[in-house]
Amino acid sequence: MATASPALPSPGRYRRIFRGLLIPVLALLTALVAGALVMHLSGDNAQDAYIGLFKGAFGSAKGWAATIRKMIPFILTGLSVAVAFKAGLFNIGASGQFVMGTVFSVFIGINFEGLPMAIHLPLAIVFGIVGGALWGAIPGILKVYTGAHEVIVTIMLNYVAALFAGWTVYAGGSQGQTPGPLWDRTAGPISETPDVLASARLPYLFDPSYRIHYGVFIALAAVVFIWWLIYKTTIGFEIRTVGQNMKAARYAGIRVNWTVILTMGIAGGLAGLAGAVETLGLNHKFAPEFGGQVGFDGITIALLGQTHPFGVVLSSLLFGALDAGASKMQFDSRVSADIIQIIQALVLAFVAAPMIIRALYRIKRLPTESESTSLGTSWGGS
Amino acid sequence: MGSTFWKRSSLISIGIALFLVVMAVLVNLTSLSQYTWLRVLFGVSALNFTLRASIPLVLGALSGILCERSGIINIGIEGMMLAGAFAGFVAKTNTNHWPLMSSLIFSVLIALAVGGLMGLLHAILSIRFRMDQIISGTVIIILAAGTSSYLYDRDAIAQGKFSSVAIPGLSDIPVIGPVLFDNPPLTYLALLLVVVVHVALFYTRWGLRTRAVGEHPRAADTVGINVNRYRYVNTSIGGMLAGLAGGYLVLEAVGQFQEGMTAGRGFISLAAMIFGNWNPFGALGAATLFGYTQALQNELLLAGVTNVPRQFISMLPYIVTIVAVSGFVGRVRPPAAEGKVYETEGGTE
Repeated sequence: MATASPALPSPGRYRRIFRGLLIPVLALLTALVAGALVMHLSGDNAQDAYIGLFKGAFGSAKGWAATIRKMIPFILTGLSVAVAFKAGLFNIGASGQFVMGTVFSVFIGINFEGLPMAIHLPLAIVFGIVGGALWGAIPGILKVYTGAHEVIVTIMLNYVAALFAGWTVYAGGSQGQTPGPLWDRTAGPISETPDVLASARLPYLFDPSYRIHYGVFIALAAVVFIWWLIYKTTIGFEIRTVGQNMKAARYAGIRVNWTVILTMGIAGGLAGLAGAVETLGLNHKFAPEFGGQVGFDGITIALLGQTHPFGVVLSSLLFGALDAGASKMQFDSRVSADIIQIIQALVLAFVAAPMIIRALYRIKRLPTESESTSLGTSWGGS
Repeated sequence: MGSTFWKRSSLISIGIALFLVVMAVLVNLTSLSQYTWLRVLFGVSALNFTLRASIPLVLGALSGILCERSGIINIGIEGMMLAGAFAGFVAKTNTNHWPLMSSLIFSVLIALAVGGLMGLLHAILSIRFRMDQIISGTVIIILAAGTSSYLYDRDAIAQGKFSSVAIPGLSDIPVIGPVLFDNPPLTYLALLLVVVVHVALFYTRWGLRTRAVGEHPRAADTVGINVNRYRYVNTSIGGMLAGLAGGYLVLEAVGQFQEGMTAGRGFISLAAMIFGNWNPFGALGAATLFGYTQALQNELLLAGVTNVPRQFISMLPYIVTIVAVSGFVGRVRPPAAEGKVYETEGGTE
C-alpha cells in the first residue's frame, strides 16, 4: 500500500475519484467482452444474452425491484469482506457467518409470540448480528493465539455452519433421531423452519409484489456506519494501521491481537446481518443448503469496490443487476445463467491485477496508486 | 531450529498412519473383533474408505507442496481439482465409444493437462501480473466453478471407470493386502507420486534449486538460478497434480461429475500440506488422518452405533482440520519467501 510522499503533488479530489473508478470500470468492460468471447466460442449468442440481461435488470419496474432487492445481501457481505481486507485479513467465511446470522435471527423470529414488533424485530436483527459476529470472531481468535490462517479456518467453518443449520431444521431421521430445535412440526417429513412471526418481519416498501423491504435502509445505514467507523474513528485508524503494517502497528502501541479479533467480529456481524435481513425481509424461513455463493460474491464485490464502503454499493448494484437479469437472459437467449459466474470471476481477476488492465489500455500508474491488492503473506502469520 | 521440528511434525502424522494400520491388524485378526465399536473404528471397510478418501487429499497436498516449496501460495487447488474433474469427465463422455482403458487413460491425460493450464494461469497472474497469490487462487476457484457449471451438460453420462487391480502375492496378506494392494491404478499412482516427489525434492538438483527459490530467492538468483522459471514450472506441475486429483474423483472414485463435487477437498489438502510440514510423507500421513475422519463419518452413520445427529458426525473432517491447523501452524515453518513477488535487483519488466 503505497502512500503519497510529501514531495509529490497529490492529485485533486475529483481526479482521484475518477482514477479510482477507472480501473474497475475498464475491468468490468473487459470482463464483459471476454464473457462474450466465451459465449461465442461455445456457440451462444452473446448479443441476445446481454440484451436479455439488461432488460431483466433494468427493463421494467419489476426488474429494477429485483436488482435492488438482490443488492441488499451483496452490500452487507461485500462490506464484511471489505472491512476484513482493511485489516489485512481475508474473510472467505462470509457464507458461514451469513448462515449463522440467519439461524440466530430465525430462532428469535419464530419464538416469543405476542412480543410487540418494536422489540421483536430489532431483537431478531441483533441476534443475527451476534450470531455472525461470534462465528467471525472464532477465526480471529485462532489466528491470534495459534497462528492458524484465517483462510482455512473460515472455509472449514462455512461447512460446519451449513451442517449446523441443517441440524437445526432436521426433521428427524429414520433411526428415530430427535428433530432439530427449529424444525417446523407441521411440515411433516420436510426439513424447514416455520415462517417467522409477523412481528419479526421487515415490512415491505411500495407494493408487496415488488418484494422490496426495509432492509434496503439497513444496508445503506451499515454502509455509512462502516465508512464512519473506518475513516473517522480511532478504531478504524487502528484497523487500517494493522492492515498496512502489523509490526509498525505493534510498535505504535496498537493492540494488534484485539484489533484482529474485533475486525473479524465486525466482518462476521455484517455477514450475519445480511443473513438476518434476507430472512426477516424476504424468505421468512430457511431449509438446509442455503447461502451458497454469497461468500465468494462478497469477495468479488469488495475488491471491485476497491474495499471502500461506497465502492461496495456501486459493485453491489452491478452484481444485483447481473443476478436479477440472469433469469430473463436465460429465458430470452437460452444462454445458461452460469455465464454470470464466469463474468464475475473475470471481473475479479482484472480488478485484482490492475497491471493487466493498465497494460491493455496503456494507462500510466500514478505514484499514489498501489501495484495490486495485497494481503498478509504466508500461513505463519507474523 | 528448523530440522528438529521438521522431523517431529512429519513423524506425528506418519505415526498416526502407522497406528491405524497396527490397530486394523489387531482388531481384524484377534478376538478384539467381537467389539462392535472397534470393528466400526478399525474394520477393513473403514480402512478401505480411508484410503479412497485420502487419495485426492494426498494429490492436492503434493500440488501445494510443489507450489509452495518454490514460493507460490496455492489456495486455488480446489479450483484446479474441479477443473481437472470436469475436463476428465468431458473427455470421458466424448470417448465413451473407445475401448474403456484407452478412453480412461486419455481422460486422465486431459485432466492432467487442464489442471496444468490452471496452474500456469495461477503462475502468470501471480508472477507476471503480480496479483496477490491468495486472490489469484480465489480467481481460479471461482473461474473453475463458473466454467464447469456453464459448460456442464446434465444429460452426459460417463460409461465405466477404473476398476481394481490386485497385485499378485501382496494382495493375499491378511488385512493389509485387501486395503493396500487391491486398488484401482490411480491409487497406486498417487502413492507412487508421494515417493517420486519426495526423492525429487530432496535428492535432485531440481529439488535443491526449488527449495532455494522458495527459501531465499535472492541467493538463488545470485548463483544463476532463474527464480521465476522455477516458479512457473513448479506451479504448472502442481496444477497437474491437482487436476489428477479431480480426474481421480471422476474416473476412479465416483464415475460421474457433479457440480462442485470437490466439496472443500482442495482446502483440506492445504491443511494436510501444512500439517505434514510441507513434506510429501508428512502430507501423506496428514491426508490419511483427514481421510480417516471422512471414513469414520461414513462408518458411524452406516453402523448406527450412535444417536448423535448425523450433521454433527459430518462436521468431523472440518473440525479436525481446524484443530490440526491451529495446533500445528505455530510449530511448523513454511518456506520463507512464500507469497512474495520476486523481482531481480534493479530490474524492470
